[in-house]
Amino acid sequence: MERKTRIEIAKPGLDGHDRGAKYIARALKDAGYEVIYTGIRQTPESIVATAIQEDVDFVGLSLLSGAHNELFPRVVELLKTEGAEDIIVFGGGVIPEEDIEPLTKKGIQAIFRPGTPISAVIDFIESKKKTTAA
Amino acid sequence: MQESIKNRKTEWEESVLNKVLQKFPERKETFTTGSDKPVERLYLPQEESKGDYLEKLGFPGEYPYTRGVQPTMYRGRLWTMRQYAGFGTAEESNERYKYLLDQGQTGLSIAFDLPTQIGYDSDDPVSMGEVGKVGVAIDSLKDMEILFSGIPLDKVSTSMTINAPAAILLAMYIAVAEKQGVTRDRIRGTIQNDILKEYIARGTYIFPPAPSMRLINNTFEFCSKEVPKWNTISISGYHIREAGSTAVQEIAFTIADGIEYVRNAMSTGLDVDQFAGRLSFFFNAHNDLFEEAAKYRAARRIWARIMKEKFSARKEKSMMMRFHTQTAGSTLTAQQPDNNVIRVTIQTLAAVLGGTQSLHTNSKDEALALPTEDSVRVALRTQQIVAHESGAANTVDPLAGSYFVEQMTDEIEKEALEYIEKIEKMGGMVRAIEAGYVQKEIQDSAYRYQKAVEKGERIVVGVNKFTVEEEEPRGLLKVDPALRDVQIKKIEEIKDSRDGSKVEAALAALKRGAADESVNLMPLILDAVHAYATLGEITGVLREEFGEYRESIVL
Repeated sequence: MERKTRIEIAKPGLDGHDRGAKYIARALKDAGYEVIYTGIRQTPESIVATAIQEDVDFVGLSLLSGAHNELFPRVVELLKTEGAEDIIVFGGGVIPEEDIEPLTKKGIQAIFRPGTPISAVIDFIESKKKTTAA
Repeated sequence: MQESIKNRKTEWEESVLNKVLQKFPERKETFTTGSDKPVERLYLPQEESKGDYLEKLGFPGEYPYTRGVQPTMYRGRLWTMRQYAGFGTAEESNERYKYLLDQGQTGLSIAFDLPTQIGYDSDDPVSMGEVGKVGVAIDSLKDMEILFSGIPLDKVSTSMTINAPAAILLAMYIAVAEKQGVTRDRIRGTIQNDILKEYIARGTYIFPPAPSMRLINNTFEFCSKEVPKWNTISISGYHIREAGSTAVQEIAFTIADGIEYVRNAMSTGLDVDQFAGRLSFFFNAHNDLFEEAAKYRAARRIWARIMKEKFSARKEKSMMMRFHTQTAGSTLTAQQPDNNVIRVTIQTLAAVLGGTQSLHTNSKDEALALPTEDSVRVALRTQQIVAHESGAANTVDPLAGSYFVEQMTDEIEKEALEYIEKIEKMGGMVRAIEAGYVQKEIQDSAYRYQKAVEKGERIVVGVNKFTVEEEEPRGLLKVDPALRDVQIKKIEEIKDSRDGSKVEAALAALKRGAADESVNLMPLILDAVHAYATLGEITGVLREEFGEYRESIVL
């Protein structure tokens, strides 16, 4: 049987706005993926520990407090330190356009902003899945 | 007009209205429409068939308060225009408050950053990236002194969005006021202090339910004796709605929270009329104008009846639901942000037609970043235009008697009562939260809504219809990331200059007090604050004693 793609949806930082994260988690589950949702107030360390323990293919980070420039790259760095740089990191939340390029340069492979349809997230996952499988 | 209503009107005028008019004359001698037609204070049913009018609607300023909590409503005094603000350091926020007061704002509303809201100092490792981001960073009394410098605390009322550490921030506010020479019985304001909705929807909890409820009771008791003009809690539906609930769920879960607070306070021996008059509420204002207006009217009626019938309140103040409103952040779009001004206008009207006591209007750029000074001014102007130009403030409860609005009010009341009863049967709100019931109900609503948007069954202008290619607006507000270093330096200075033995003694006394449930912690917290113990130190002692809450994840 083909292994289901595993996705961790995590909320780094201190903000409690989990509506978006929970929607994405549930919609991805409905779309047939294995989804691990961490709950709010996770540290980059705990997010990476979960990613490795749960053997995920993707980590989706959601943050609405403005701390994304500090916390998103930290997750990518820690994954690297743990030798898990093959895990693909993407993010979403209230993120100004000018922050997107610096974040992608630091290894966050996609940023989804408010109003993005779930199909865009699924398309992203499918396209990355193929390249990692190849 | 029906004879019984006419007679009651004369009674109301003599016993309620005239007293208020003597003390608080209306803003103008006469009110008129834009085309100079006279507008009366209050319109009543003209039909003969309105048998249940007196019971369900009655008169403004009278039980069950469906038509509003004051007899003259905005003809007497407009609602308080209170913009939620705060970012960066205490110095920067202080400047923004002074700017808003200069622009005609009539009350302050303090936004704290997340470390402050969760009881961490700026130098704590978990505060990384968060210092000063969604509000102002407060680490000790020193920051609070700077925050209100040059703002006379006997002249303004201040609302503070603070929950788990509400007792500590209130203590800091009292300390600053007293340093200004303003005694604690003269300060006016609100602490949010509503922990239940933090577990349900907002997320800035620290301690488990039992010690959290104790802290809330401690503030109720302390304020009823020492800070009589302070609103000790703002029972909030706002964040429940932001998390995706329906209008019915918003008021049902909020009122169920309120029931839990009242029951809890009474179980410690407080008399209901001793504290209930200082309970206040906080609701959301969404785009569906008539549903929203009906929602506020239904909420007032439900609360009045519960306080009278269930808790045997005797004072009128205890039965009155007074509430603050904020327009709905979740309805703002990052796409075509100018459109948000129109959304906020509709939401403002909803809140005013629903009889709010105070209002925050969101700024158009809040889906993108913290609002700039210019966009905050437009948001405040929106309120001022509705207040002074729309005419909606010239008569009491203008939508009363609309077939649509009255039926909607009845339906919302009925459905909310069903939820409230269900939660009561589960053993009250704490149990319902621990079981994940409330969170699940909200999430299901949020999921349904989002699916409908994705399918195009619900239109969001500029997002799934009427879209354009656009560039993001320039000049968004940025918080300086170096801010954390500034705060850390301030903490170091405080720790060097304060009397360390005083701090130790105050924290040790607080720890002993926390271990003994019969002790009111407010005086002990005040001592610690005066000694310049930091917020993180005070919360830290309580964390040791009380433990920490862990979220029950429901998906």
